[in-house]
Amino acid sequence: MDVIVCLKQVPDTETKIKINPEGTGIVTEGIKYVMNPYDEYAVEEALKIKEKFGGTVTIISMGPARVVDAIRNALAMGADEGVHLNDPAFEGSDSFTTAKILSKVIKDMKYDLILTGKQAMDFDCSQVFGCLAELLELPYVSVVTGLEISADGKTAIAKRETEGGVEEIIQMPLPAVVAAQKGLNEPRYASLPGIMKAKKKVIKEINLTTLGMTASEVGEAGSKMKTKNFQLPPERKAGKKIEGEPPEAVKEIVRMLHDEAKLI
Amino acid sequence: MAKEILVIAEQKDGRLKKISFELLCIGKKLADKIGGTVSILLLGYQVDKLAEELDGYGAQKILAVDSEALKNYTNESYAKAIVEVVKIRHPEILLGGATASGKDLFPRVAARLQTGLASDCTSLDISPEGLLLAQRPIFAGKILVDAIIPEARPQIATLRPNVLPAAEKGSQKSEIEKIPVEIKPMDLKAILKETVKTAGERIDLTEASVIVSGGRGMASQENFKILEELASAFGEGTAVGASRSAVDSGFAPHDIQVGQTGKVVNPNLYIACGISGSIQHLAGMRTSKYIVAVNKDPEAPIFQLADCGIVADLFKIVPLLTEEVKKIKAQQ
Ligand SMILES: Cc1cc2nc3c(=O)[nH]c(=O)nc-3n(C[C@H](O)[C@H](O)[C@H](O)COP(=O)(O)OP(=O)(O)OC[C@H]3O[C@@H](n4cnc5c(N)ncnc54)[C@H](O)[C@@H]3O)c2cc1C
Ligand SMILES: Nc1ncnc2c1ncn2[C@@H]1O[C@H](COP(=O)(O)O)[C@@H](O)[C@H]1O
Repeated sequence: MDVIVCLKQVPDTETKIKINPEGTGIVTEGIKYVMNPYDEYAVEEALKIKEKFGGTVTIISMGPARVVDAIRNALAMGADEGVHLNDPAFEGSDSFTTAKILSKVIKDMKYDLILTGKQAMDFDCSQVFGCLAELLELPYVSVVTGLEISADGKTAIAKRETEGGVEEIIQMPLPAVVAAQKGLNEPRYASLPGIMKAKKKVIKEINLTTLGMTASEVGEAGSKMKTKNFQLPPERKAGKKIEGEPPEAVKEIVRMLHDEAKLI
Repeated sequence: MAKEILVIAEQKDGRLKKISFELLCIGKKLADKIGGTVSILLLGYQVDKLAEELDGYGAQKILAVDSEALKNYTNESYAKAIVEVVKIRHPEILLGGATASGKDLFPRVAARLQTGLASDCTSLDISPEGLLLAQRPIFAGKILVDAIIPEARPQIATLRPNVLPAAEKGSQKSEIEKIPVEIKPMDLKAILKETVKTAGERIDLTEASVIVSGGRGMASQENFKILEELASAFGEGTAVGASRSAVDSGFAPHDIQVGQTGKVVNPNLYIACGISGSIQHLAGMRTSKYIVAVNKDPEAPIFQLADCGIVADLFKIVPLLTEEVKKIKAQQ
């Protein structure tokens, strides 16, 4: 089984995000970047498949130079090689365009399965897996919490989380795209020998020219959706704080819910 | 021809979901602004009755694709049906729900139509240029942005459930039209083998009007029972949620986790019990309309955004509150 993992580097969820003065984006200085948490599940799943079936795990990530750290991290976990799509022209790509760029590289590769995260925890789009699968004419399952590959490596059964405590069990032929949700597995940490080995693993760099696309097809220029006017959500103010004995406190909550908020 | 706004109805087990009416309501408002009309597209198998139920809620046309291949949702079959209808009707704007199936489906639809998709929007409007102006939270709600799709058509957006009001039944009749779309089973690669109900069937958190959530302070799985009792006291449409610490400690299943790596919810009332209020938890519930927090630590960050905060032991407060709510409900 040859597995491709699409991975994005995103700001750590603890990082304070600031909007730039023009309101056109965020201030990137001082941000600590990490592998998108959902993509960690994707990497782990790929490694488990490799342990069971043999084959390779290739990491593909689009983003600026810093992204190499996230790719290296996945290589240290045990992935075999990396592909880094790095060109200033790629910046500002929406999900569709990101998927288009990724599909352009992937279509000439040999693979049985593509794993992604269910959502990148920066722009929270939850789209790339679906756009990528469509562009490669593949089936996909998103929000996956369980994955089983058949012994012959030709089909897979995925468990997908939906709503109200209902799960869907979906069968598909491979290759396919599977978007990981928390619960799929427990991602491993990179071991020290893993980190040492990762230093020697190959990360292939691809830019606009080597990709064979033009600047107008990628980045903001090539995007169908444009994002502007970054703003802070309306502030929420602290309301009333009630201390005191439970019976009185409960009476006060009920009064507020009933008289003020009209919720009961 | 007048510009059409096409909204996709959502149904589950033969019942229309509330998001369908929320989409119709905003769809109508947007249609008025661009001088167009709103239509609703219903997908499924044997949907005549559901089509009639949509009558009178503001749609000029109720379009239906009725096919056995649409009996269960799959992204391939539903995308095929929607794209075929789009090719016939050329809507200016296509709206769907940011629900479990909507989030799965629309990326395929958008890519096949080679257009843009603004996902999980919390506000939809028309820009001065006449474009769909979709506001969406990013960075787990820490920032809001405006998204526009200047050229590609249709402009697609999915709307987060429970954020906007639902359409009310009026007197204006809608016209029902069936659209035949051939969906060959052999064209569908992924197939739904079965659906499994993990726990007792619950209303989904994203649709609940009242959510009672528990955190690490709940101390055990058994204790979650008092939250269920409080939720039930409020009546129908209520649900129990949990923080990640509660889920990680095994007190609650993952699919009721609220927060950045869980569900994003916006009920009318959110009651947080024994939850400190980490930024990742707030990311999932800060847009709730009214927040009550019960925590014994007066410094807990949850109090910074709670409309009503009680500094006390939740095990004393919750059962009393359940009793009081029951009393009031009994009088109503
Ligand atoms: C990448 C990432 C993603 C994350 N995603 C999520 C997410 O989606 N959702 C989420 O919730 N968290 C998430 N977290 C975890 C988050 O950072 C916090 O650890 C978590 O929210 C804390 O849960 P808690 O408030 O239940 O627990 P704690 O922070 O331990 O708080 C427990 C609270 O209970 C109170 N308490 C205890 N006993 C009682 C009592 N008897 N009566 C009243 N109060 C009592 C305490 O005073 C305390 O404030 C994420 C973290 C990371 C790094
Ligand atoms: N720039 C990127 N490079 C590689 N993979 C990406 C990139 N952006 C998104 N992905 C993948 O697509 C998933 C969903 O991202 P999104 O649609 O942006 O929420 C992520 O979890 C990644 O697996």
